[in-house]
Amino acid sequence: MNINLTLLGQMISFLIFIGFCMKYVWPYIINAMEERQARISAGLRDAERAKQELKQAQQKAHEIVAEAKEQAGKRIEQANKRAEQVIDEAKLKAREEGERLKAQAQTEIDQQIQEAKQELKSKVATLVVMGAEKILEKQVDKSVHDRMLTGIASDL
Amino acid sequence: MASDNPSVPEYIGHHLQNLVYGKFPEGGWGFAHSAAEAKSMGFWAIHVDTIGWSLGLGFLFLFLFRSIAKRAVAREPSGLQNAVEMIVEFVDQSVKDGFHGANRLVAPMALTIFVWVLLMNTMDLVPVDLIPWLASQLGIHYMKVVPTTDPNATLGLSISVFILMIIFSLKVKGVGGFVGELTLQPFGKWLIPFNFILEGVGLIAKPISLGLRLYGNLFAGELIFIMIALMPFYLQFLLSVPWAIFHILVIVLQAYIFMMLTIVYMNMAHEAH
Repeated sequence: MNINLTLLGQMISFLIFIGFCMKYVWPYIINAMEERQARISAGLRDAERAKQELKQAQQKAHEIVAEAKEQAGKRIEQANKRAEQVIDEAKLKAREEGERLKAQAQTEIDQQIQEAKQELKSKVATLVVMGAEKILEKQVDKSVHDRMLTGIASDL
Repeated sequence: MASDNPSVPEYIGHHLQNLVYGKFPEGGWGFAHSAAEAKSMGFWAIHVDTIGWSLGLGFLFLFLFRSIAKRAVAREPSGLQNAVEMIVEFVDQSVKDGFHGANRLVAPMALTIFVWVLLMNTMDLVPVDLIPWLASQLGIHYMKVVPTTDPNATLGLSISVFILMIIFSLKVKGVGGFVGELTLQPFGKWLIPFNFILEGVGLIAKPISLGLRLYGNLFAGELIFIMIALMPFYLQFLLSVPWAIFHILVIVLQAYIFMMLTIVYMNMAHEAH
């Protein structure tokens, strides 16, 4: 066990090694490791957030689909209602139109009856005159008896 | 082996002798040619093998880690970066657990100690005769390849740690705080001399025990490898393989203990009791 200059040499080289390690080795490696650690934890955090967002988006999509379904149901119901309404209206219109046509036909029929009656009256008057002429065998003065005959005709 | 058929003590002694370059008592500098000559040089000598191997391994550590540090990326790390990061994270965790002060020096120091000591200890697994034999082919007759079996190396580390510890103690607690810690406990101000002796011994014991623990463990391991190398060759596998496997544990454990105690001492320097 000879203690000699080697001791000093060893001390000096040790201190130089520490200095070098402190300046050029340790910080670089530790920084890289810490940066990686930060990246990994950021990545994990992001993944967590993405998962949350996906969940929210899915929920939202579900909500939208449900809403759309509800609206579609409402629309169909409305459309059905409207169709019924239209049918009812059409029925009503048709009935009204029918009534109107019937009424019109009635008035025409009435009118024609009236006209036929008028014609019949005048024809009857003529027939009466002709009959009277035949009965009397003589010419009846038409101008004298016309007024009387018209009176009879109007009484018919 | 230097000579052809050395006796057992010669063989062991030869293996435990460093390659010494120093000042001869008669004057002049040069390599020592025997253990006695090396001893006669006293303090003014350098263990060239210890310094050489430890510097080489230290540079290997710094080169390796620096090359990774330069291209360290936060993205997916590849091969070697993974290994380096594993060590760095392990050291970082140990420092975070054991050191509660704010000091940017402690973690890099712990990393340096751990990896450097680990590398130096690992030299113990190189067959004991391989490198000395290669060296002797090159004309170098003494070669001790495990720097941590040289107390100069381990005490050099522990004394450096001790000096840093005192510097930070003075910085954090001030001179008054540091001296107070040494003299005013555990028995209060009426027993200052007694306190001082107690605390002083405790203080001085730290670097010595730190350095000698590592030295002792590795020296013993190396010695056993040398002993095994003296066995007949058919017995060597039987003994050196289990011992090497067991020694892997010692290598890592001693590096870890050295690092952990350094962290603890640094923590003591930063915290008042």
